[in-house]
Amino acid sequence: MAAAARFFIRGANSKLSITGIGNGSQSSFGGTLVKLSPSSNSRTKTQRRHAHFTFQPDPERTQYGPTQKMNLFQSVTSALDNTLASDPTAVIFGEDVAFGGVFRCTVGLRDKYGKDRVFNTPLCEQGIVGFGIGAAVAGATAIAEIQFADYIYPAFDQIVNEAAKYRYRSGNLFDCGSLTIRAPWGCVGHGSLYHSQSPEAFFAHCPGIKVVIPRSPVQAKGLLLSCIADQNPCIFFEPKILYRAAVEQVPVEPYTIPLSQADIVQEGSDVTLVAWGTQIHVMREVANMAQEKLGVSCEVIDLQTILPWDVETVCKSVVKTGRLLISHEAPITGGFAAEISSSVQEECFLNLEAPISRVCGYDTPFPHIFEPFYIPDKWKCFDAIKKMINY
Amino acid sequence: MAAVKSMNKLYGVCVHAARRTASRLFQHRAFRVGAVQRQQPFDSSLEKPQFPGASAEFVDHLEFIQPNVISGIPVYRVMDRQGNIIDPSQDPQLSKEQVLNFYQKMTLLNTMDRILYESQRQGRISFYMTNYGEEGTHIGSAAALDPEDIVFGQYREAGVLMYRGFPLDMFMAQCYANVDDLGKGRQMPVHYGSKDLNFVTISSPLATQIPQAAGAAYALKRENMNRAVICYFGEGAASEGDAHAGFNFSATLECPIIFFCRNNGYAISTPTNEQYRGDGIAARGPGYGMLSIRVDGNDVFAVYNATKEARRRAVAENQPFLIEAMTYRIGHHSTSDDSSAYRSVDEVNYWDKQDHPISRLRHYMTARNWWSEDDEKSWRKQSRKTVMEAFERAEKRLKPNIELMFTDVYQEMTPNLNKQRDAMWRHMKQYKEHYPFELFDKEPISQ
Repeated sequence: MAAAARFFIRGANSKLSITGIGNGSQSSFGGTLVKLSPSSNSRTKTQRRHAHFTFQPDPERTQYGPTQKMNLFQSVTSALDNTLASDPTAVIFGEDVAFGGVFRCTVGLRDKYGKDRVFNTPLCEQGIVGFGIGAAVAGATAIAEIQFADYIYPAFDQIVNEAAKYRYRSGNLFDCGSLTIRAPWGCVGHGSLYHSQSPEAFFAHCPGIKVVIPRSPVQAKGLLLSCIADQNPCIFFEPKILYRAAVEQVPVEPYTIPLSQADIVQEGSDVTLVAWGTQIHVMREVANMAQEKLGVSCEVIDLQTILPWDVETVCKSVVKTGRLLISHEAPITGGFAAEISSSVQEECFLNLEAPISRVCGYDTPFPHIFEPFYIPDKWKCFDAIKKMINY
Repeated sequence: MAAVKSMNKLYGVCVHAARRTASRLFQHRAFRVGAVQRQQPFDSSLEKPQFPGASAEFVDHLEFIQPNVISGIPVYRVMDRQGNIIDPSQDPQLSKEQVLNFYQKMTLLNTMDRILYESQRQGRISFYMTNYGEEGTHIGSAAALDPEDIVFGQYREAGVLMYRGFPLDMFMAQCYANVDDLGKGRQMPVHYGSKDLNFVTISSPLATQIPQAAGAAYALKRENMNRAVICYFGEGAASEGDAHAGFNFSATLECPIIFFCRNNGYAISTPTNEQYRGDGIAARGPGYGMLSIRVDGNDVFAVYNATKEARRRAVAENQPFLIEAMTYRIGHHSTSDDSSAYRSVDEVNYWDKQDHPISRLRHYMTARNWWSEDDEKSWRKQSRKTVMEAFERAEKRLKPNIELMFTDVYQEMTPNLNKQRDAMWRHMKQYKEHYPFELFDKEPISQ
């Protein structure tokens, strides 16, 4: 499934260089190498753009013991390491996890904990999740990796019809609460249709599972450990663009951050901004822009848990500010902003000063070359705030 | 003979490899993860293929492998259709008590099926699925397992649960969705489950249990407590992607599991020649590197022998086994089906009269003077009586507390669900005459 594309992504991320192969008597690649001259034509611009956000680390937490500088994938490794150390039933599996994973989230774990605990599966997402459900039912802590959230759909039946309903349909005789599914999520600059998706809305419609998305390494480790400990099947989406870009001082010891509790990242009085994952960093910049250019004070809320979501915190904020903007990369129609918008207008109708605004991806598949135009960037969000203020 | 030889040629590599592996591993149950690797480094001076993907020789004439569907994998049996033992060495030589238990469980299941099918026709329960003709597959396999082995079923394995001791009252409670239902009234009839009896609750989607069973077996392997998993499914469900996933995972991850396929000739109305073109399900096993066998599913001793040996080796060697039990679905698919629309009454009658697991076992018993006409008469009367009594008790019971509609979605109640539950009760307070409250239990539940 998109093996070629995965190779491309892997090449981009892991800096594997193909050296030493052409050292034989002739070039063995089947074609002469073309010497490329640097582009001196002023009309061709450099392809690589700057990211659409700047990662903003949170203040260091001291209450969880000593910390270490980690990026997002390292914080995930740390959480998995803590889990394998403390829970003898814990196992991690999926495609390519044995050598460390295409995003390096499982580096070192197989050597440290054994081949029976960190292992590759065949290339089959419905099998990965089904296998994970069964292992959890039999009492193991099962941590399944789906290589990209874009490929989670073959497992949709197992997640929605089986994992989510296991406890309810059996009258609590059986459950797969010790199952956690992890998947890289969201735009990455060049991911296009099948390496950029944010599928949280599909799963938000499914009672029985939890859906969690962190914004940073510290949040990721704490939330992932909560998902693993939580006795309900959880899907943990990891913003792949943050794997290397997000660096923080992360506690080395295990700690948990509660699920279903939205985090007020920044307090404000005029507009409530709700987002999750990478988009939080966009929103923080938007809040600064709104303050500088419009004198508008924004309250930024990281939802963190999409299902079950923290209605109370969001509504309390909207009662205070009277204005709500929700932003996500996923397409706007049927996106999770629609659920938030609908619930908030039910609870806070008379407090609203303006219609609730959603700044999201367009209703198209996630495009490749058009990504800069597609994403809900800070300018689109800023403009939406301007309209809300002037409503 | 020639067919068997060509079959061996096709599957010979697997058989020989398995025998070698079996003897080597018989002594210990260590993990073989990573053991299946290349033995020699790549060497282009050899004329043998060096590809990592297959261990094979070169061949220089073009020939497609012919799938053998005219004379497929043979069907293992112990008794002939009249219940006579063919080869005495294959008779498991079970005690009279055990054999009588087999017979009584199969006939009790048959009696329960008749009564519950009728009760659906009369509108007393909403839905039912019978097990007619497949009782041998249930009892033979269940008897060959340990009570601690975990069962993942599809929906036509009630006899396995019955063999393990699930009370009639509990079968009835689930079908009536009454207050005694362990499933708390949430599922359609025949979706049984029992934690105590290690029978995972049935779900309607087909084949979803197959990769789950592989995962459970892997967890049991790590536990190292001499437990296996058995996973039942029909030949129709075997077409699902989940079946392919489960087989492949169980082989690559070396799981102690028995895959038990009930090939009963039909998936609702779809006959096997529209379900697959290969040699049934057993022929797929070698494709996954799995030891496989085809048995006469209507021969309870053949089912017993095959399951017993598969279980022993699955646990000893940490590898999956595939058993395809050939049988026939004598009843309709369910109470929503009328199979006369797609098959002849003559066909059904043949299986009912000429090749039935219950009558074959009865012949075995009567040949040994273990069962007389009087025994038969009094047992029929007694089993019908106990089923009817359980049935009448179940029908009188209340339905579960309506609060149970909202619990167990998650381990804990959520604020969202609490709000919805309160809203429901507020609505009911005002409109109660439009809802069937009198049927439901009102005793407060402990959360």
